Amino acid sequence: MENLVQIALQNVNMAAILPSLILTCFGMGLLLINVFLPRGTTRQAVWISMIGLVVTGFFVFTGWGNPQYGFNDAVALDNYAAFFNIIFLFAAGLTILMSDDYLHREGYPVSEYYPLILFTTAGAMWMASGTDMMTIFLGLEVMSISLYVLAGFFRGQVRSNEAGLKYFLLGAFSTGFLLYGMALIYGVTGSTKLTEIGIYLNGHASLLENPMTLAGLVLLSIGFLFKIAAAPFHMWTPDVYEGAPTPIAAFMSAGPKAAAFAAFLRIMEYCFFSLKPEWTAMLWVLAVLTMVIGNVIAISQTNIKRMLAYSSIAHAGYALVGMVAANEIGYSGLLFYMLAYTFMNIGAFAILVLAGKKGEDNLTLEGFSGFGFKRPFLGVAMTIFLFSLMGLPPSAGFSGKFFIFAGAVEAGYIWLAVIGVLNSAVSLYYYLRVMVYMYFRDPVEDYAWVSLPAAAVISIVIALIGVLYLGIIPGDVMELAKLAIF
Amino acid sequence: MNDHLLSLMTFFPLVGMLIILFLPREADRLIKTVTLIVTIIVFIISLPLAFDDVFINSSAMHYTEFANWISIGQYFQMNYNVGVDGISLWLVLLTTFIMPIAILSTWHAIDKNTKGFMALALLLETGMLGAFISLDLFLFYIFWELMLVPMYFMIGIWGGKNRVYAAVKFFIFTAVGSLLMLVAIIYVYYFSVEAGVPFENGFSVAHFAQLDIPAHLQTWLFAAFALSFAIKVPMFPVHTWLPDAHTEAPTAGSVILAAILLKMGTYGYVRFAIPLFPVATMQFTPFLAFLAVVGIIYGALVAMMQDDVKKLVAYSSVSHLGFVMLGVFAMNLQGLSGGMLQMINHGISTGALFLIVGFIYERRHTRLIVDFGGLSKVMPVFAVIFMIVTFSSIGLPGTNGFVGEFLILVGAFESELRIFAVFATTGVILAAVYMLWMFQRVMMGKVTNPKNEKLKDMSAREVAIMMPLLIFIFWIGVYPNTFLDKMNPALENMIKQVKDKQHIAMMVEDMDQTVTQATVND
Repeated sequence: MENLVQIALQNVNMAAILPSLILTCFGMGLLLINVFLPRGTTRQAVWISMIGLVVTGFFVFTGWGNPQYGFNDAVALDNYAAFFNIIFLFAAGLTILMSDDYLHREGYPVSEYYPLILFTTAGAMWMASGTDMMTIFLGLEVMSISLYVLAGFFRGQVRSNEAGLKYFLLGAFSTGFLLYGMALIYGVTGSTKLTEIGIYLNGHASLLENPMTLAGLVLLSIGFLFKIAAAPFHMWTPDVYEGAPTPIAAFMSAGPKAAAFAAFLRIMEYCFFSLKPEWTAMLWVLAVLTMVIGNVIAISQTNIKRMLAYSSIAHAGYALVGMVAANEIGYSGLLFYMLAYTFMNIGAFAILVLAGKKGEDNLTLEGFSGFGFKRPFLGVAMTIFLFSLMGLPPSAGFSGKFFIFAGAVEAGYIWLAVIGVLNSAVSLYYYLRVMVYMYFRDPVEDYAWVSLPAAAVISIVIALIGVLYLGIIPGDVMELAKLAIF
Repeated sequence: MNDHLLSLMTFFPLVGMLIILFLPREADRLIKTVTLIVTIIVFIISLPLAFDDVFINSSAMHYTEFANWISIGQYFQMNYNVGVDGISLWLVLLTTFIMPIAILSTWHAIDKNTKGFMALALLLETGMLGAFISLDLFLFYIFWELMLVPMYFMIGIWGGKNRVYAAVKFFIFTAVGSLLMLVAIIYVYYFSVEAGVPFENGFSVAHFAQLDIPAHLQTWLFAAFALSFAIKVPMFPVHTWLPDAHTEAPTAGSVILAAILLKMGTYGYVRFAIPLFPVATMQFTPFLAFLAVVGIIYGALVAMMQDDVKKLVAYSSVSHLGFVMLGVFAMNLQGLSGGMLQMINHGISTGALFLIVGFIYERRHTRLIVDFGGLSKVMPVFAVIFMIVTFSSIGLPGTNGFVGEFLILVGAFESELRIFAVFATTGVILAAVYMLWMFQRVMMGKVTNPKNEKLKDMSAREVAIMMPLLIFIFWIGVYPNTFLDKMNPALENMIKQVKDKQHIAMMVEDMDQTVTQATVND
């Protein structure tokens, strides 16, 4: 017993978990503070959680280039984790900024909302920095459970309940797959540490064809593919995004999705590098399937939120192309794309938040008729986000896609790149259609548009700056992404 | 100033756009005036290019600027790499020349959301100029896509009845082609890196053109580039977006679209597709020449049957650009210089035709031929100008159209495309048929429709718009050497390089065959 304690204490390195530690402390503190505040006051919670994010961001930035390992190599706060942490922080910050007014408008001014976002972010950070199957699983659970609550946050709305329950049931099911996969891999290799698994598999060539290894690999992949909403495990996405509060849908499409990519990529690269031809072949098929299904079904959507849900499936497909490429430019392109996607997608969702009125009636294409002229600022911002989602230069979406497809071409997957750009061509149609309604149609009725809350405007402006900065000068961030990969 | 002339010219419209965004929405006239002044200043900035004799003696790039823009480790370097040679010179000037005219034509035609229209027009000018001066494929692609957005909104917001359909069709057609080109661009880049071109050169066209890309790869890459440019030209059978876009776009939009945007496609062939993939050009020449001739005859026949004047002009563009393509693929000096000159001619003549259609549409709010008749009695000045422009479009000797078409046909006749030239010549006759027939039905005879009896003749503003175009119709018609002298050295150089590469490729093929035969004989 004493030995165990000693071993555990020897390897404690608080610096390795500092960002998620700070966030958790802020979240816990916020829960306590909320007890003493009158019901319905949320302004303080917004401020405190924003401060928490900024403080965490400060430590992430200062820790760049100075990797920390700890807890018996179960956690690594390397550049890879730091880059993803920045993505999570931006996702959480933008989400929180657009939420406050929205919660009041919808009649749920409940300040527990904010700590839940902080816990989700902390969980995501664990996933990105986990170098042990158990750490990754813990992070996934912390993240997912908070998200289940957030998805069903509007407990009086049937749709929100449906979203929460659906996400919970399917999510729990997929976690089962994931855990089963981990167990099988443990059974084969006798370890849960990613590097040890990798070395063991590499050293025992016979194991590579062992059905148990392959089953473990597949089951693990299913768990992550569910979280990143890749086809054919994407069915939950549209319903959950549509039912969940709009800011939460925005958050889910950026932060947790990036977290799943972070853990997935690290596991594939650390444990299964000797099986690379196999899993890239598998992901090749899934990437194509995901892009095609996401884009084709998005065409027939009339609800913009649902359309963005399908588009987020398609974008997961583009990101998978970067994984298939499995080279430096593909991987760093994937990291870059996750950041770019965070800005453009959360930005687009923020516009949806501000376009709606109580009860979210205004999410249909019809409801956006004449929007661009009624709300010039929001219209132009939405236009820029949509062009970025299409992948038109000079925007973040273009640079991201460019790097990812360049990675694919370099790795010899020219057809995959061709399929990718053809899918972008398909996506033009449904993104353009939003603009058709915004600018080419006259408003059907004079809508009682909500006023522009300062915080939400700030979040849109940050997203705009992000989209244009990554689009016009992508070099600097791409350099960082290159330093971040293995 | 010459060091940064091109950048100044390209990005000055963006400055103007920012100014416009800060003007009050209601200040309609002020916004139009500012836009006009900005475009005129851009034209003045670009004027030294027209008077610079360096292009007469040298085929190289001039006014070049180079700056490192994006660099990512040892992977990529994208450079801001611009310059002008005899090929792009007149297209740049055409752009800066047409823009003030297009803006002036909106004086009464655009009255809603003027601010948005003018901001988009200036953004469009930056995109077009940037595309013409880019010497880096990545930079070119950015500007190329940048042009799409303003034109999409121009058609969609200020267009006619079917504007949404036309705008979306325009956007999707053009973007699909360019996306495939993007993959090809990336591929050529990696090929160049593997071939040992230092990555600092980025996506430089000059360096790409020196690569020895194997023939089978060239086929695919050329196909990707050619599709993208063919859609923009537009060539039969991917021309279907053009009549819709032209018909629905507001007058200024049609003018810019016809005069400049369509030239992007043909320019793309001359600057990128042919020099980068000379061997594939050789394989594709009969096919593309065939499509060009089909376009010439088909466009003319369909134009003949139109009852809407604007649609007629739109289809005549398909026909005229078929001539340009035929000239380009003749790959000799007459053909190419004729093609380049015909690009300018088409910009001037068709731009003028769209303006004329705009004038009568503003007066009568209809463009159907049956609604008119006998206008020459009511509007004598208009009749004279319309007639001159019609002759120029037909290619009557003494006007610009004649010189261009003549050179193209001579060039094509002297090349291996002789048989195509024979068929293309019928296009000249057909052009006379549809243009003169239309002119006759609109302008001649008695005034049948009482609504036409009190139409006002052209105002001073309208005459002022047309004057510069008329001057160039005659100038190019009478003394084309002003223009040809400056483009010929660059074209000659380009033809020589392409032909050399084609010869080498053919010799290698011959040798392969000899070797195979020798082995068989053994």
